[in-house]
Amino acid sequence: MANILKDSKKSLEFVYDFYLKMKKNNINLAYEGEITHQITKAFTSLTENNMIKDEDYSSVQKKVFHVMVECLQNISKHADNQFNFVESKDGRGIFLVSKDEKEYNVTTGNVVINEKIDELKKMLEHINQLDKEELNKLYKQKIKEGRLSEKGGAGLGFIDIARKTGQKLVYSFIKIDEEKSFFVLTSTISRLKSDN
Amino acid sequence: MLQPIKIQGTDDTPKVILDPNKDNPIFEISGRSLPEDVVAFYEPILEWLDEYAQSPMEKTIFDFKLEYFNTASSKLLLDVLLKLEDMYDDGHDVLVRWHYPEDDEDMEEAGEEYADIVEVPFEQVSYEVD
Repeated sequence: MANILKDSKKSLEFVYDFYLKMKKNNINLAYEGEITHQITKAFTSLTENNMIKDEDYSSVQKKVFHVMVECLQNISKHADNQFNFVESKDGRGIFLVSKDEKEYNVTTGNVVINEKIDELKKMLEHINQLDKEELNKLYKQKIKEGRLSEKGGAGLGFIDIARKTGQKLVYSFIKIDEEKSFFVLTSTISRLKSDN
Repeated sequence: MLQPIKIQGTDDTPKVILDPNKDNPIFEISGRSLPEDVVAFYEPILEWLDEYAQSPMEKTIFDFKLEYFNTASSKLLLDVLLKLEDMYDDGHDVLVRWHYPEDDEDMEEAGEEYADIVEVPFEQVSYEVD
């Protein structure tokens, strides 16, 4: 398949359409690729600077920063990479940040192997059923349980996002083929002071 | 003799000072903690504390003054606190001071959580931010 961007007419349509979709959904950061530590640092500091400009409450800034770090690390550590053309140590996926007057949304999308989906779903469903106090309890239990998993801290990130944002995690899976699926997760952080 | 640890803070690693001298002893972890490799960052600190625990000072006051830490760091911070708990269990005088910005409920709660988990004298200290 020829690259659409090399055809001047099609590329115009494609890029303009892409631009409109981003505008319409208030997306102000979009990335697809490997999530390295450098990328994590760059995106968080970029967003931090924008939040300072927008004069977001410091509690909101801290929560957005926190959610971004945990989401990026989820991709970096847990995306299944074996389907990529090039092998790398960091996971790859899509990362989006959108913002309107009321809230920030941080969305990630990455490939996972189908065998892992049940466990992942179970974990997310469980977290979504808990209130703040129960989330705190679960968090404490998880860090007490001890050593980091080989990849570092599976599950803790989701719990922490849920308790810090006070909102349900929105997620879905789209089957790619018999082997793998695409996992999409959105975390929402309110910009209103009363919610923080 | 045990050499002090002095690590400058960066935008993703905390400042760490472990300096048990007589005149002005400092035990402090402060700043931001989201190192690329958390275990590699905290391992030397934990090893240092193991050695220090063999003959600690009469009183060890350990200050945590973190602006931010990620969940991967949270387990390693607990490991640091557990070392201090061990020292306390062995009959040594230990005090943990958890500093948090007065307007940062999440950091205050993080301190409360750690205080719940470890059995060591634990003080919460709020500070003003400009």
